[in-house]
Amino acid sequence: MKLSILGQIKRDRIFLLLLAPTMIFYIMFRYVPMFGITISFMDYNLFKGIAGSPWVGLKYYRMFFENPDARIIIKNTVLLGFYKLLFGFPAPIVLALMLNEVRSMIFKRFVQTVSYMPYFLSIVVVASMIDMFLSPSTGWLNHALQDMGFPAINFLQEPGWFRTIFVSSEIWQQVGWGSIIYLAAVTTIDPQLYEAARMDGAGRLKQIWHVTLPGLATTVAIMFLMQVGQILEISFEKVFLLSNAATYDTSDIISTYVYRIGLLQGNFSYGAAIDLFMGVIGFVLVYVSNRISRRFSETSLW
Amino acid sequence: MKQRTGLFDIVNVLILALFACTMLFPFIHMAAVSLSSAEFVVGNRISIWPKGINFDAFAAVLSDKRILTGYKNTLIYVVLGTTLSLIVTTMGAYSLSRRNLVFGKTFMLMIVFTILFSGGMIPTYLTVRNYHLLDTIWAMVIPNLVTAFNLIIMRTFFQGIPRELEESGKIDGLSDAGILTRIVLPLSKPVLLTVMLFYAVQIWGNFFSALLYLRNADLYPLQVIIRNIVMMGVISDITVSSALGDKKVVLESLKYAVILVGTLPILLFYPFIQKHFIKGAMMGSVKG
Repeated sequence: MKLSILGQIKRDRIFLLLLAPTMIFYIMFRYVPMFGITISFMDYNLFKGIAGSPWVGLKYYRMFFENPDARIIIKNTVLLGFYKLLFGFPAPIVLALMLNEVRSMIFKRFVQTVSYMPYFLSIVVVASMIDMFLSPSTGWLNHALQDMGFPAINFLQEPGWFRTIFVSSEIWQQVGWGSIIYLAAVTTIDPQLYEAARMDGAGRLKQIWHVTLPGLATTVAIMFLMQVGQILEISFEKVFLLSNAATYDTSDIISTYVYRIGLLQGNFSYGAAIDLFMGVIGFVLVYVSNRISRRFSETSLW
Repeated sequence: MKQRTGLFDIVNVLILALFACTMLFPFIHMAAVSLSSAEFVVGNRISIWPKGINFDAFAAVLSDKRILTGYKNTLIYVVLGTTLSLIVTTMGAYSLSRRNLVFGKTFMLMIVFTILFSGGMIPTYLTVRNYHLLDTIWAMVIPNLVTAFNLIIMRTFFQGIPRELEESGKIDGLSDAGILTRIVLPLSKPVLLTVMLFYAVQIWGNFFSALLYLRNADLYPLQVIIRNIVMMGVISDITVSSALGDKKVVLESLKYAVILVGTLPILLFYPFIQKHFIKGAMMGSVKG
């Protein structure tokens, strides 16, 4: 017997009630801001509100693309994401492969446990640690450099160092956590395959190359596609905390620029226009890569 | 099977041991400097072993008013936020786990869409401002009340509970609410704990909301205080003992002590909660 919509609502009323807070939250804090994007087509005035502000069409989008800063921040955003993918993506795979070859369970546990630790640190703590370690006068890294006869480097004030610092600290924080999924995937590989490879005379490296890696291939492909989709999603907090005016040439990204120009200086419409521009590109990237990863296997972001 | 330890194993273990040191060194170094006495810190010769052990830096940090306020605020945000988030997420995820829920697919689609697209920083800020949440404790709790990722983890878990259990509950005369509280929730302790920890860690480290929505220093969470002291060098409140020479170097111990005090709770609980996080990470990675 098929119930009418009203009948179904009546049947499910308890569940709809339980779901209500969640949906109200999503509407109030996720969907209302989406409609707030309209201010990017207006000369938004904080005191007149959306209803009282005049429409200006694409003025702020034109302003963004005519601004020489635009090229720099788009380039910085894409490059940071790209380097993070290039160096950050293989790292957990290599770690998982190496951990998988360890025979002493105690040692393996130990390495795994310490490798997850940095993941639980807050971004402020990680940025503070970087700030202290790289200090030209008191940081240990500069002391070590000087002991080896090199001059001290003011790392956080030099644009040339920003990407290296950002990417390597990301890897330090994420590599252990990222390896969990690959270690789980390794356990699903049939042990008989290793047996067979050994019979054929394969050494340890050959077993990794011909058995473990092919066994991980699907997981690797899916994770790669998902991360490609999120290439523009760079931690605002971390870039904000580590960057400064001296390094804006390489460290200023779209979100830090929006915060500074849009929010701090009160150019709300201009900031919202840049936000929308980035949101649309991000949406397309995630959507497309998720579609592809779905075709690879059943797994996808949703 | 013969187990020979070859060159491969030796190299592998050596590299992993080096890797483990890289992971641990920052923590040990911070602890060593913050525990050393000023005269040794002046010489900059502390690497992993504290010299002239004393707890002056920690004593100074723990008597600092801003640190204590920050701690108190963060605890309030974590307890309040985790409780609310967990309750709302559980209710929502349980409802969405019912396959024939009316409009269930539409609701799910609405939630998933927010993973892909958002209004962005400025419209979100203006919305929170319109709701008059700026400079209230709710600014640290409400704008991130439900995380789609956590909701999906819970929903997937609930979907895995056999329907027969619920039906038998029904036959025994339980109401829908009774089935949730008497049958489903007791079975869901692992996922509840995992999601609870995810929320707690997320709120503990939340700097973004504080930066955007809080101007009143009395409401600052610990993260803002750590940043102000360590990165911005706002140290006036801490009693800096200059008795032992160079002020700047004592400052170094103080800053490391600040960082450690802000990390200690997580590092202390870490061994106990680690396995739950890993379960959550695996559950979250295989989604329906």
